Amino acid sequence: MTALVAGLTLPLLAAFAAIALPMRARVPAALLGAGLTLAASLWLAVVVWQTGPVTLSLGGWQPPIGIALRADGLGAALGVMTALVMTAVALAARHEMAASVAGPRAGFGFWPLMLLLWATMNAAFVSRDLFNLYVVLELITLSAVALVAISGKAEAIAAALRYLLFALAGSLLYLAGVVLTYAAHGTLDISLLAARMAAPSDALALGLMTAGLLVKTALFPFHVWLPHAHSAAPAPASALLSALVPKASLLILLRLWFEAMPDLAAPAALLTLASLGAMAVIWGGLLALAQARLKLIVAYSTVAQLGYIFLVFPLAGGDGGAQVWAAGAWTGAIFQTLSHGLAKAAMFLVAGIYLVAMGSDRLSDLRGMARALPMTGFAFALASITLMGLPPSGGFTAKYLLMTAAFASGQWAWALVLAAGGLLAAAYLYRPLAAIFARESAVAPRAIPRSWQAIPLGLAVLSVALGLLSSVPFEFLQIGRPDPAAEGL
Amino acid sequence: MSLTLFALTGAALVGLGVYGLLARPHMLRRIIAFNLIGSGLFLFFGAAAARGTGLDPIPQALIITGIVVALSASALAVGLVVALARSSGTAYLPDEEGRL
Amino acid sequence: MSVALDITLCALVLGVGWATVAGHGVFRAVIFFITYGLLLAIVWARLGAYDVALAEAAISAGLTGVLLLAAHGRLRRLNASQEVPLHLNLPAAVVAVGIAAGLGWAWFALPAPTAPDLSQALPQSGVGNPVTAVLLNFRAWDTLLESVILLAALLGLWMLARDHAWDKPLGLPYHARPGGVLASFGRVLPPIGLIFGVYLVWAGADTTGGAFQGGTVLAAVCLVTIMAGVLHAPRVEQAAWRAALVLGPGVFVLSGIAGAVFAQGFLALPPALAKPAIVTIEAALTVSIAVTLVLLVIGPPDEGEQDA
Repeated sequence: MTALVAGLTLPLLAAFAAIALPMRARVPAALLGAGLTLAASLWLAVVVWQTGPVTLSLGGWQPPIGIALRADGLGAALGVMTALVMTAVALAARHEMAASVAGPRAGFGFWPLMLLLWATMNAAFVSRDLFNLYVVLELITLSAVALVAISGKAEAIAAALRYLLFALAGSLLYLAGVVLTYAAHGTLDISLLAARMAAPSDALALGLMTAGLLVKTALFPFHVWLPHAHSAAPAPASALLSALVPKASLLILLRLWFEAMPDLAAPAALLTLASLGAMAVIWGGLLALAQARLKLIVAYSTVAQLGYIFLVFPLAGGDGGAQVWAAGAWTGAIFQTLSHGLAKAAMFLVAGIYLVAMGSDRLSDLRGMARALPMTGFAFALASITLMGLPPSGGFTAKYLLMTAAFASGQWAWALVLAAGGLLAAAYLYRPLAAIFARESAVAPRAIPRSWQAIPLGLAVLSVALGLLSSVPFEFLQIGRPDPAAEGL
Repeated sequence: MSLTLFALTGAALVGLGVYGLLARPHMLRRIIAFNLIGSGLFLFFGAAAARGTGLDPIPQALIITGIVVALSASALAVGLVVALARSSGTAYLPDEEGRL
Repeated sequence: MSVALDITLCALVLGVGWATVAGHGVFRAVIFFITYGLLLAIVWARLGAYDVALAEAAISAGLTGVLLLAAHGRLRRLNASQEVPLHLNLPAAVVAVGIAAGLGWAWFALPAPTAPDLSQALPQSGVGNPVTAVLLNFRAWDTLLESVILLAALLGLWMLARDHAWDKPLGLPYHARPGGVLASFGRVLPPIGLIFGVYLVWAGADTTGGAFQGGTVLAAVCLVTIMAGVLHAPRVEQAAWRAALVLGPGVFVLSGIAGAVFAQGFLALPPALAKPAIVTIEAALTVSIAVTLVLLVIGPPDEGEQDA
């Protein structure tokens, strides 16, 4: 319980300190808060590993009166991934978002916004209350939109406003479903809802909440706000926005369909979700192929990579939940969530280094960067291996598990999507890789300290290690899983 | 009778807001439309909370929270609209109909 | 009689709501929106939800209205307040009618109401107003995050400042005529408003009121004094104002941790100490809410258009 509370309160207190303290004390306070929150997230994972899911009724009030929190394997694993990305971003932001580099405005705002985002991501991973999750989603949205606008450029303002427009529309759709749910059942607790008497309005409620969460997760065709918002932000902020933010709404979606209302998971609905995911894989990949700037390629790739996760719905949802392949499909989707987070953050941090070193992220300006800054080239290559789904990376494990489930369940069409998505990823990542590893180098870039170059490399190595050491995370993710009846293949 | 009236008014307000959001691209209109949708949902919620014996306080608390959340989002949105107008001279998003 | 009143009220709300969407001109839409919020507050009073009525009037109609009015004035000076001619958008109308009809259908499909039984919990909560008990005790985590949302919105707003204006006072330069109506208003109103705002917070424990409603009144008072030139708009680097922003959420988090250390868990309030604890948290929250709302209305540091 202590670890759970620490993971929520430490980043909040650090954010308050970063607002209130005088200028020279802000960054040290934020870094201290980041270090402590990382420790709390790791500690929570250890506690969950040793003793099972951690539950807590806030204020001592049980649902339906109060709000319950529960850290299961899934929530704790996402918490650890978030902590690793946040820590790496904080270390990189010491260089990029210092007041002396980014100006006093961005140098002031970045740190509390990052910490508020961290606190609310952690809250989203453990909350069991649908209205509390609405408040959490709004806090994530406002922090994320502010992180886009922080760059101050005209295109960032327009991108931030479009992002806010979509995100608020998503919030209201979600809120409409929450209102119907409480009106019908007098509770908002996921566990109590799982045991509810079904009402006729439930399908509409679930549909509204799902639609809202899809907009926030930027699933095709609701993805149009994402690429420009993610690429207009400063690189450390882009890393947070692309690697982490969509994962909160995605997790709530999983909790709704697998835990709160699995009885409503009709085959047609599951098929629709996965089809939109498949379209996202293909369309996002094609658009990534057409971009000339590194940050836009990486941002469009997020649209595609998030699409894979939606294949989990027909492979492990509804009646399929009791099948032998369900555990593999479910775990594969979470592996994709985790490894995409680590790899995507690494890529954006590399892009940030290139922007500082060359003043540009156009592929034509990045030729030969791997020679000038070898660690960044290595980091980008490793992260690409994960996104392409090549062995032995975490992305490979994810796609292997999903593909096995697709064949075992006879739904081989999803296997085709996985294969086509991998080819597309190889194609759209080939262009930046070819530029970065080109033999010639154009202009001598600005020197970048090795300690800074090592940050994205660390994340990229972790995204590959997730595949090499997959058995521990695999078991960890089963802790508190909603449908543990069937073991993996 | 009155509760049904209030609930249906709430539903109609949501519809009005949705129409405003989709058909009125000026960003201040859209911010107003968001507030219409939110308040319509809350009215529906309030009517639903009054159906039992007495007025359920939990929805009332949730609605007050929701009103504050809506204000926060509106404040940031209004600021962004002013910043957009300052940098581009229009309160319409790029590539949306309605450029003057 | 009362049904006739409700029918009239709903017709008015819908008519004014329609005018915000369909009326000509953004300025009129804003004015209709403020009217709409005030009418809706009456509807909430008809439902017996007086806390919501107060929040709707003060926060939705009042503060959101002020924000929209200020933004409209700014857009007018930037030549961005005009609107292209409006015409009927049929696909949008179909979607809108569909969503409204869906909600209307859901109302008749709802099962019999089930509300959680609070009769055991309320006496333990330390306050007599059940809405305050939910906000500051049963669902304190929501309220804590809600106070942080205000903070996040303000940080986001500040990020919209232009870099060269960052060390300037917040908001546009504002000059009230010395000795004018506003200036004398700015000296007379604060004591009265201060008392009313503090009363709302104090009363919120047992009757209608609360930190958000009281904070809004205090914010309004503070805004008038700034507009009257009695109080100067602060700069971001003024530490006392930034401390005031985080005081409420900070006290809230720390009292939550104290609950974890000394009582049954995070955010727990022992019944004997619940009342003083809630009053302390509300007092701190009110200060932060009032300051945050003031700064949200006056906006990021700005020098106006002359140098753009």
